[in-house]
Amino acid sequence: MTDLTHLSIADARDLLKKGELTARELTEAHIAAVEAADALNAYVAKTPELALEMADKADAKIAAGEQKGMTGIPVGIKDLFATKGVHTQACSHILDGFKPEYESTVSQKLWDDGAIMLGKLNMDEFAMGSSNETSFYGPVKNPWRAEGSNRDYVPGGSSGGSVASVAGYCAMGATASDTGGSIRQPAAFTGTFGIKPTYGRCSRYGMVAFASSLDQAGTITRTVRDGAIMLESISGFDAKDSTSVNLPVPNFEAALTGDIRGMRIGIPQEYHLAGMPGEIEALWHQGIEWMKQAGAEVVDINLPHTKYALPTYYIVAPAEASSNLARYDGVRYGLRKNIEGGGLVDMYEATRAAGFGDEVKRRIMIGTYVLSAGYYDAYYLKAQKVRQLIANDFKQAFGKVDAILAPTAPSAAFAFGEKSDDPIAMYLNDVFTVPASLAGLPGSSVPAGLSAEGLPLGLQILGKPWDEETVLKVSGVIEEAAGFSAKPEIWWR
Amino acid sequence: MSDIDKATVAKIARLARIKIEDDKLDHLAGEINGILHWIEQLNEVNTDDIAPMASVVDAKLRWRDDQVTDGDKQQAVLKNAPRAEYGFFAVPKVIE
Repeated sequence: MTDLTHLSIADARDLLKKGELTARELTEAHIAAVEAADALNAYVAKTPELALEMADKADAKIAAGEQKGMTGIPVGIKDLFATKGVHTQACSHILDGFKPEYESTVSQKLWDDGAIMLGKLNMDEFAMGSSNETSFYGPVKNPWRAEGSNRDYVPGGSSGGSVASVAGYCAMGATASDTGGSIRQPAAFTGTFGIKPTYGRCSRYGMVAFASSLDQAGTITRTVRDGAIMLESISGFDAKDSTSVNLPVPNFEAALTGDIRGMRIGIPQEYHLAGMPGEIEALWHQGIEWMKQAGAEVVDINLPHTKYALPTYYIVAPAEASSNLARYDGVRYGLRKNIEGGGLVDMYEATRAAGFGDEVKRRIMIGTYVLSAGYYDAYYLKAQKVRQLIANDFKQAFGKVDAILAPTAPSAAFAFGEKSDDPIAMYLNDVFTVPASLAGLPGSSVPAGLSAEGLPLGLQILGKPWDEETVLKVSGVIEEAAGFSAKPEIWWR
Repeated sequence: MSDIDKATVAKIARLARIKIEDDKLDHLAGEINGILHWIEQLNEVNTDDIAPMASVVDAKLRWRDDQVTDGDKQQAVLKNAPRAEYGFFAVPKVIE
């Protein structure tokens, strides 16, 4: 048999159903692949014993005729989802040793469906980053390298471990989270499929909070079909999250009809950035051609407030983060630094100084400042108003089109250290993904081509609220048309 | 808006309860100013008569019956505490 770690979720599901494969075999192959992939630094905690236990339960379920889409499928869980009794630190030093007494709803749904946990995945600290360089556990390496080069590239962020594990064949799928692009941008950098559903589709219960009005769970897989299967598993109403929305979850896989005839696809004119690499423009143009060939109608649209999305995000997200991260005080969990002879406040200040990394500190400081007396109206309130204008832009556009097509990121993956000294250059990575996050819209990134250097590039599809089905359908058409068959050379095993 | 100075950075750090060494304040002030100046392009946008957006979903919160649904988890709650004593979180002395 071929390498089991290269199977898609859909194919594994079918083999499991036919009895030609057991969850145990599939899990053992993945445990070995995880063990051999330390060079990627994708996993920060491995759970092989637990995985085998879960695999046997999955095999029993399948034997009993109770197989679901994710039954017996080995996955990785981003370190910001609480997993009972297992390492959960959002890759921060300040959560040292934290093993929650509860399970996040997203992971619980996967376990309820019989999926198998391989371990916890590396990420930017508290999901603050676009290159996975801010993790306390060190950077993740992109499985992809430029053609003929030994140089390491970033996997994107913040879901760097999620994409590297899936692109590097050490998970069939991975959970991820998006606050400003943390699913779509790393998916584009690694030739994987990432989908972020509508805000409110997946429960935030048990997700380590970064910016609560933006945080939304999603998935990383190698194919669009796999994304549909896994997203369906983690979606659905949850009374434990007050922003979870009580709507039925469609059969996402059924949306993959390949038929987009007559659909109207919007091309946002403001996404033609000055100075954008020619190959990104060319890929986008190719995507437009694919849409036309598939019988869709391509329509130019305007999203006039696009250029204000990033500055808006960098007020709203740090403001919410400064509030959410106030809970890390050395009292209830994680790290504590005592000062000899010091009082409670000294303990707080020393703990937070030692526990947070530079990027997290910077964002807490910005957030504290923009919320402080005398500045709240000028910064935070202003940003919330501009956020409304950005959401209105999309609402108007979706009066005319069914989906929007754009590049996912303004470049291919970059090398380590290239942008880590300049916060704003790093923030610009998310220029195409942040607007939809601010508006709470569903969006995906589909691998669509290679850069001149041989690194993956992605195209982004955005949909109307609650219309993940159209996002998936259009993604499927791009996947089919692109015929993206390139694979990273396996250098890490 | 004008630049924030070293003293303001020290004040923000104090509000955020993060100890920042004096010799780091200048560098941090520079970084924060860079980001704030970039953010200030929002001043170009006319937001008269625009209501601030607090949530992308319908903000009406659900009601539920006023019943106890959870509790009796003292051990679980204290399990991860760096220090717990007599069933409480223990912290450095607050009252002299």
